[in-house]
Amino acid sequence: MTDTLLRPTEVPPTLRHRLVRLAEAATTPLVPADYLDLVAPLRSGTDLRARIVDVQAETRDAATILLKPGADWAGHVPGQYIRIGIDVDGVREWRAYSLTHGPRDDGLISITVKAVPDGKVSNHLVHAARPGTLVHLEQAAGDFVLDQSATQLLFITAGSGVTPVIGMLRNLFPVTDSGVVDLPRSKDLDIVVVHVAPTQPESIFLDNLRELATHGAIRLVPRYDDQHGVLDMADLTGLVPDIAERTTYACGPGGLLDALTAHHDRAGLTLFTEQFRAGFVEAGDGGTLTVGDITVEADGATPLLDVAEGAGVLMPSGCRMGVCFGCVLPLKEGAVRDLRNGAITTADPISSANGGVPIQTCINAAAGDCHLGDKK
Amino acid sequence: MTTIQKKATSPIAHLSAAQIETLGHELDAIRQDVLDSRGAADAAYIRTVIKTQRGLEAGSRALLLFSIFPPAWIAGTTGLSIAKILENMEIGHNIMHGQWDWMRDPKIHSTTWEWDNASPSDQWKHGHNELHHTYTNVVGKDNDLGYGIMRVDEDQRWMPFYLAQPLWNFINACFFEYGIAAYDLELGKNLAIPKDKRSEDFKARAKQTLRKIRQQATKDYLVHPALSIPTGSFVPTLAANFTANVVRNLWTHSVIMCGHFPEGVETFEKSSIEGETRGEWYLRQMLGSANISGSAAMHMMTGNLSFQIEHHLYPDLPSNRYAEIAPKVKALFEKYELTYISAPLPKQVYSAWHKIVRLSLPNGWLAETTPANAPKQLAKLYKMTTGGPKVRRAIEARSRQEARRRSEAA
Repeated sequence: MTDTLLRPTEVPPTLRHRLVRLAEAATTPLVPADYLDLVAPLRSGTDLRARIVDVQAETRDAATILLKPGADWAGHVPGQYIRIGIDVDGVREWRAYSLTHGPRDDGLISITVKAVPDGKVSNHLVHAARPGTLVHLEQAAGDFVLDQSATQLLFITAGSGVTPVIGMLRNLFPVTDSGVVDLPRSKDLDIVVVHVAPTQPESIFLDNLRELATHGAIRLVPRYDDQHGVLDMADLTGLVPDIAERTTYACGPGGLLDALTAHHDRAGLTLFTEQFRAGFVEAGDGGTLTVGDITVEADGATPLLDVAEGAGVLMPSGCRMGVCFGCVLPLKEGAVRDLRNGAITTADPISSANGGVPIQTCINAAAGDCHLGDKK
Repeated sequence: MTTIQKKATSPIAHLSAAQIETLGHELDAIRQDVLDSRGAADAAYIRTVIKTQRGLEAGSRALLLFSIFPPAWIAGTTGLSIAKILENMEIGHNIMHGQWDWMRDPKIHSTTWEWDNASPSDQWKHGHNELHHTYTNVVGKDNDLGYGIMRVDEDQRWMPFYLAQPLWNFINACFFEYGIAAYDLELGKNLAIPKDKRSEDFKARAKQTLRKIRQQATKDYLVHPALSIPTGSFVPTLAANFTANVVRNLWTHSVIMCGHFPEGVETFEKSSIEGETRGEWYLRQMLGSANISGSAAMHMMTGNLSFQIEHHLYPDLPSNRYAEIAPKVKALFEKYELTYISAPLPKQVYSAWHKIVRLSLPNGWLAETTPANAPKQLAKLYKMTTGGPKVRRAIEARSRQEARRRSEAA
């Protein structure tokens, strides 16, 4: 009869479960958390939040925001980013920021933010955010992280594939209006950046790279197809003689990454890659967007995320540039066009029956009548 | 009350189509001003109200754990009644209207909010936001006009059944939350259908409503009374919760009756809303609603439905802004020579109840009755009640004839 006896260890969860059920019955239609969150928003078992502990001005237009995360914060690896939700003018805005410090002894985390022109969230964080404010968090994410043991690094970026690399470099060397900030943890780094583009582009990111190069934080090797010809992998050793000593991080379109992977495999070199595609292309046809029971017109040039938010739908969102995947929702019917490369994604019957094709709403526009499902 | 289209002198006859469209644009401009200035202060407002309400509810329920002691019972019941009213009106009703959706806070959003009321929020939103707010005061379309069980217009033929409508209305007021749930389910219409022919949708919704009612009743009439057992307060706490629910029901019913039912509020013919323009829609909302005047606390307790006119013009603007735009809206009423109905709560409640009593009786009966002719009038009413439809029609015809003669003689 021993199998019918409860082992002592099973009693507490049952009791706890019963108490939870009782608390729920006493607070319906709310849940106990709705009351507890008013007094203990950072406790364990609730949505992940953080309290701003300090806003340290780095320069006139940049600040490091020190955060005390909630009890359920699972920690992070340097180079990872967090999605942070903060109320700006009363509206919850989500953005992704790289975590500035490695794990700290006091359990705090931080992000360093530069106020960009017209940047709603960055300006708020740098100029208006006050200690004591509660913000919303998601656990740290990002696989494209720096190996902290490596000090000799090579970044190969193509087109807007420079974006996540800029994130890493800014993390290592914050660029502000008054110049590049040298952080102690970055002083031993030896970095080369090979930036590939069809022609010399005008972009804030390239300016950032030049600034870092001028400061001596990196060695910049620009390669423009119209000036230098298309990059051949065989030329790499000429451009970066000590390539064998370096850990390579590459971000760009699939073709470049395939060639690089083959090259590094042959040479036995360490390579981390992230696929990332270039600039927004021309608008598609548009159509309508249905989310829940709301249907609105969606033109072919506006990301579905903006269309839905404009119609008052509560949408998950993140970096708004196609990097963080915080905005992914299943496409149950219809087709969308990737605004970065024009790629069309269509919901076929089989994937629809299985809940839909996951798409990033921040970089996809309607290419026909679209129906989005709920976040999984 | 007679629908505006059947009135001898329509209160909108002096307005041209172009004027009505201009009025629409002027009302749009008021709305845009609020949208442009909506921000952190508004967000702080609703969060403060929610926090206060939850604190009040938790505190009151804590007091009621000792409800065997009369002071605790009185303070706890008062607090809980106020908390329930705030939750239903300033918080629940307004959030479910989408007034706070712009904050993009998933916890304060029309799609996620569930309220402390018998009707599940999804069903209430359909009945209220889609039907009542779209078809405001359109006879035969807006079920808020009498909830389908009352005579709300002189044009509805009188039947003896309506004599009891003051009683129905009082019972509906006491148990208003269940009345709303029944009404959102379209219970009358659906129960008339044989059981095996009722739609799957209705069955699913009925199940959802019963589940909600069970959860609500378990909380108020079982869990909290049971938690009070250690002080011997099971029965007092149960009574306190029942009282708070009835107080909330009476209050919300009164406020809602004041919104569309006092004398002077217009009703509309079904045919009049075909092809209605934005300007005409605004005009119908202006004429189909009435405000309640009073203090800031009164406005808060009505969920700012005391600004019923402003709420009907702009159902999705944050409620804390209605007070600020009311003078601008009132100025437009004056500019276009329309009547802005606003009066203190007791006056409007009396007006609404008077109308219900008047319409429970045959047309003209109440006005004609004086102490001198009371026996004769009662005899007539008795005949109309006990006689068949033919008798009623004959007496009605004679009454109309007499009234006409009197007015010609005068």
